[in-house]
Amino acid sequence: MGLREYVVRRILQLVLTLWALVTLLFVLFRMVPGDPTTRFVMEYPTDAERQARIEELGLNEPLYVQYLEYMGQLLRGEFGDSTHYREPVSQLIFPLFMNTVVLMFTALLIAYTIGILFGAAMGWLRGSRFERGGIVAVLMARSSPEFWVGIILVWLFVFQFGLFPRSGIGGYGGELTMNFVDRYVNFDFLRHLFLPALTGAIVYLATPALLMRNTMLEVLKADFVEMKKAEGLPERTVLYKHAARNSVLPLVTVAAIATGAAMGGSVIIETVFNWPGVGREMVASVSRNDYPVAMAAFLLMGTSVIVMNFVADLAYLYLDPRVKYE
Amino acid sequence: MSLDTPSESTAAQAEGGTESIDRRKLRWRRRLNALRSWGSLLKEDRLGQIGLAILAFFILVGIFARPITVEIGPVWSQVQPFSLAPHGYTDRVATEGLHGPTWAHPFGTTDLGRDVLSQVIIGTRATLIVGTIAAFMAVFIGANVGIVSAYYGGWVDDVLMRITDIVYGVPFLPFAIALVFILGATLVNVIVAIVLILWRGTARVVRSQVLSHKQRPYVESARAIGASDFRIMYVQIMPNVLPLISLYAAFAVAWAVIAEASLSFLGLGPQGMISWGEIIYDVRSAGALREAWWWVFPPGIAIMLFVMSVFFIGRSLEKVVNPDLRHGK
Repeated sequence: MGLREYVVRRILQLVLTLWALVTLLFVLFRMVPGDPTTRFVMEYPTDAERQARIEELGLNEPLYVQYLEYMGQLLRGEFGDSTHYREPVSQLIFPLFMNTVVLMFTALLIAYTIGILFGAAMGWLRGSRFERGGIVAVLMARSSPEFWVGIILVWLFVFQFGLFPRSGIGGYGGELTMNFVDRYVNFDFLRHLFLPALTGAIVYLATPALLMRNTMLEVLKADFVEMKKAEGLPERTVLYKHAARNSVLPLVTVAAIATGAAMGGSVIIETVFNWPGVGREMVASVSRNDYPVAMAAFLLMGTSVIVMNFVADLAYLYLDPRVKYE
Repeated sequence: MSLDTPSESTAAQAEGGTESIDRRKLRWRRRLNALRSWGSLLKEDRLGQIGLAILAFFILVGIFARPITVEIGPVWSQVQPFSLAPHGYTDRVATEGLHGPTWAHPFGTTDLGRDVLSQVIIGTRATLIVGTIAAFMAVFIGANVGIVSAYYGGWVDDVLMRITDIVYGVPFLPFAIALVFILGATLVNVIVAIVLILWRGTARVVRSQVLSHKQRPYVESARAIGASDFRIMYVQIMPNVLPLISLYAAFAVAWAVIAEASLSFLGLGPQGMISWGEIIYDVRSAGALREAWWWVFPPGIAIMLFVMSVFFIGRSLEKVVNPDLRHGK
């Protein structure tokens, strides 16, 4: 199979997976026990008004018509109206999604920077006390669910030291109205960002650190490392400039996959810190029966996962020419 | 482990059906050797020992947390009469709530005057039940999908792997939240939500492992004698990927426990049971995070220790699966 054919196949698979996600979403939210109309249409005083609303939403149509309608809507980029906020979901959800992206991107950036350096050092000092302690520390962090790490940090930095704000994103309550630059580029925002980003960083640190250590062990066996040592280069230079560089490759794809997964994993961190992102919004809207918002949030998170998996596969192909196209 | 040369089994195969007892013996001996080799690895693996010890501790706590009574219709019998937990998890033991640790209540009391120690002890059960059942089911499904997919290849492989790809596109926790919320927060639904996603990792890894085993001579010779597909898959190939499967089972337990704790933390845990995640949810909804450190730390530390023990065991299993990782100190 040639390169082009592989890429085409992979794109087809991407489309298939997206379609499956969308369909799953439809089935999931129509599985609600009882009459779906009571869930989608609630507080309407008279029967006639309620009936009108049901017809407006198309809930009296047969299921396959609803499905086609729903697919059409999505293709036009519409998610319907929120039953709670009474405004179009698309206007509401994208600023929230941006908040999630900013938070998770910061967290992953910290996690992968520290993780790579730390993992490289662990591989280099194989068998030392530092390595053993490092592994235990990393596994300990990975064993803690996000909410537990978050609670410890809140307890320590907010309740004991009073250094950081407890929750939210800062600003003047009009979190969603400000423009992009005003919203994210200010000191108050950074103060709010610190704890949730640190939580994510701690939890996500384990993967790059352990992986980096393992690939380092492989790379260190290679002759060129001995060569560089024999050249009399300082140990640190050999470690970070030569050995580590050659171990970073496999991490690129893992980082791409982790980015996608983090969008879905932000739910807990956002709930702990009251961060106005898609994850928290999904939990909130599910529990207030605001299905259009919940579905849109779920769809955005799922799409990030799928797209980033796709990116990971292509990156792998590009970075490692030895890969055979299955 | 059974990673040792497959020639033993081929030799036994060649002797034909008459020696079936010997063959069975041989197979059991191999399994025993596999366990023994893990045991000898464990001797040098301090982390693995600690992991096993912590896990054993939690299992004992879970079993003896409260008396177990089995009831079938009108017939009942008490299987396990001990009760480690001094109180029930909803018993009011103090008239006013929120007390710090005392001798009577080492972990203090909740805002409703309940004993935190008892809640943590009883909460072990939810973790154990969800962790073992969900992980076992997920790995069972995943391993079978992987074996069947790799063994048959062709359109079977295509279909199963496309389904796996699709499941890889579903974000774990949001899916579990939606499913549990829609179907109701019961033990069964929580487990189902976890299993539906968790099998995917095992399926992919087992498939790639079986693909390489499929090419080996012992499979070919088994086929030449006329062994059925089922037999080749489950008697010949399966024991060889079992170490890998058990490794993934260990990790599956860890993910299942974290997922259950996260769901419980959001208030979507199994109803009618207390779990560690739910205790922390209670702290949050009582707004007692600031003062009641004795209420929030024990369940959090318990979750961390439990998952850590499983990871430690997983790491030592990893050395069995991948001999490159064994290195002399």
